[in-house]
Amino acid sequence: MAARYARRRRSNATATVLALAATAFGLGWLVLILGSLLWQGFSGLSLEVFTQMTPPPGASGGLLNPIVGSLILTFIAVAIGTPIGILAGTYMAEYGRYDRLTSVVRFINDILLSAPSIVVGLFIYEVMVAPMGHFSGWAGGVALAVLVIPVVVRTTEDMLTLVPNALREAATSIGLPRSLTITRICYRAARAGMVTGVLLAVARISGETAPLLFTSLNNQFWSTNLNAPIASLPVVIFQFALSPYKDWQSLAWTGALIITLAVLALSITARALVPSGRQS
Amino acid sequence: MEPAGRRSVVDVALQHRMLVAAEAVTRAKVLNRLRLGDTAFRHLTRAAAVAVLLLLGGVIISLIDGSLPAFRRFGLGFLVSERWNPVTDNFGALPAIYGTVVTSFIAMLIAVPVGLMIAFFLTELCPPWLRRPIGIAIELLAGIPSIIYGIWGLFVFAPFLQGTLQPFLIDTLGNVPLIAPLFAGPPYGIGILTAGLILAIMVLPFVTSISRDVFEAVPGVLKEAAYGIGCTTWEVVRYVVLPYARIGVIGGIMLGLGRALGETMAVTFVIGNAHRISASVLAPGTTISATIANEFTEAVGDLYTSSLIALGLILFVITFIVLAAARYMLMRIERRIG
Repeated sequence: MAARYARRRRSNATATVLALAATAFGLGWLVLILGSLLWQGFSGLSLEVFTQMTPPPGASGGLLNPIVGSLILTFIAVAIGTPIGILAGTYMAEYGRYDRLTSVVRFINDILLSAPSIVVGLFIYEVMVAPMGHFSGWAGGVALAVLVIPVVVRTTEDMLTLVPNALREAATSIGLPRSLTITRICYRAARAGMVTGVLLAVARISGETAPLLFTSLNNQFWSTNLNAPIASLPVVIFQFALSPYKDWQSLAWTGALIITLAVLALSITARALVPSGRQS
Repeated sequence: MEPAGRRSVVDVALQHRMLVAAEAVTRAKVLNRLRLGDTAFRHLTRAAAVAVLLLLGGVIISLIDGSLPAFRRFGLGFLVSERWNPVTDNFGALPAIYGTVVTSFIAMLIAVPVGLMIAFFLTELCPPWLRRPIGIAIELLAGIPSIIYGIWGLFVFAPFLQGTLQPFLIDTLGNVPLIAPLFAGPPYGIGILTAGLILAIMVLPFVTSISRDVFEAVPGVLKEAAYGIGCTTWEVVRYVVLPYARIGVIGGIMLGLGRALGETMAVTFVIGNAHRISASVLAPGTTISATIANEFTEAVGDLYTSSLIALGLILFVITFIVLAAARYMLMRIERRIG
């Protein structure tokens, strides 16, 4: 009996140690990755990075054109993806909460949410780049929009579902039409959560490389022409990191640091907006 | 005076009636406009919901359309052919499929036990005030863009493996009779194993956070009953929590697997891009996504492009099946929790 008890205690202790080790292991990677990013990227961080164009090999330069390019592409993606996502989420939470259509859309949307982003790149290549005959900023923006939509749909639906029905009933009882109830009352009640959804979507797309590789391609020079290839931070990092030139590689690290800081800032802001215990 | 007064009363009444009539007309107009707006908004939202469906349909149709030339030329042999020769226009998907499956398998082999143990720690052992910070830290791992994993893997992780883990594996497991071929060859640093390990780190947060959520959803009474008859913490998790949360955990694992299969940039950096199947996990290989990312913009000729799109279609079909299964299982457990 005592021996058996001791064995059970031992396996419990082993499991506890393993659980601690696993947690340390998981957190260790975060520290290691952020640490080497700071170590490698911080030294290259200077004013030049934000004011100069990407250099040819062997020269000094910055990341101004890819940073601006990324901002433009992100803006297009949010401008296209957010309205569609919010409207679709509104239908699912308000009009068709118990519809068959809603459950199908929810299922498909969840799959789109984790579908490989490179496939989205191929899709946009097929429907935009190939017919137009050239790579373009528009194609890159639309490819990113395809990634924005499922994130926004998901959070909009979740947040509108959390709005208490009493609010809708009160609005209806004073004669407010359904559409106004939704846009004036429900949207206002769910605003913080919906903004979080958009922030998370921006965080998701700001590091996306795969869908841009063959849609917006890359551009060595300053360009804001959306009908031509346009530079973006992730694609430049990809190109520079795999190059044999030391100064290109160090610019890639700096770019990587900038993206990571932006993404972390976005996701922490998003978390702060939603009170704890209400995240989906 | 009287008639005039009476008239004025009539005038007032008439005027009033006209006002009422005018008001009724404007009210009807306003109501009508509101009704129109209501219907329009309803249809607009419905159209957006349908657009999400069309998006998926569009992806599937465009991929099938783009891959037709390749499948017409090679038939289903495309799936099992090992050749990949752009010069002779001869393409087969097997090395890429093999690399995708093996790297994801290595990733899950590590991420599943580690993720479950972290979930165990977070739900049962961790002091409450530490739960949220650690949970958020693990989820930040999921927020780091994949290209960051790629650049880190290429410049930091691969050289580290080349100097430590890989020679160690060659010296130890490389001499064990049956599994020796798995660890044959020189330590390149980059290769299948490195890609699998990086994928493991990337998938870890998915497995962890979903396992934690389903562990937390286990009714307290069940756990208390187990503690009440004298179970240790580990026994409660092993014999009560895990069986109860089984479907949800499997759903989380499948979701992570879906991510690992489709992951592109992190793998592209460290896989080595070799279109061949080697027994050794230390050798360079390729995956579907890495092949597309590396070769698509340089692909010359319709057949080459079409073969790459066909690879994309295969990847999409595989991940679709895995993700659909994951969602189905998670939906089942959500329904049970209610």
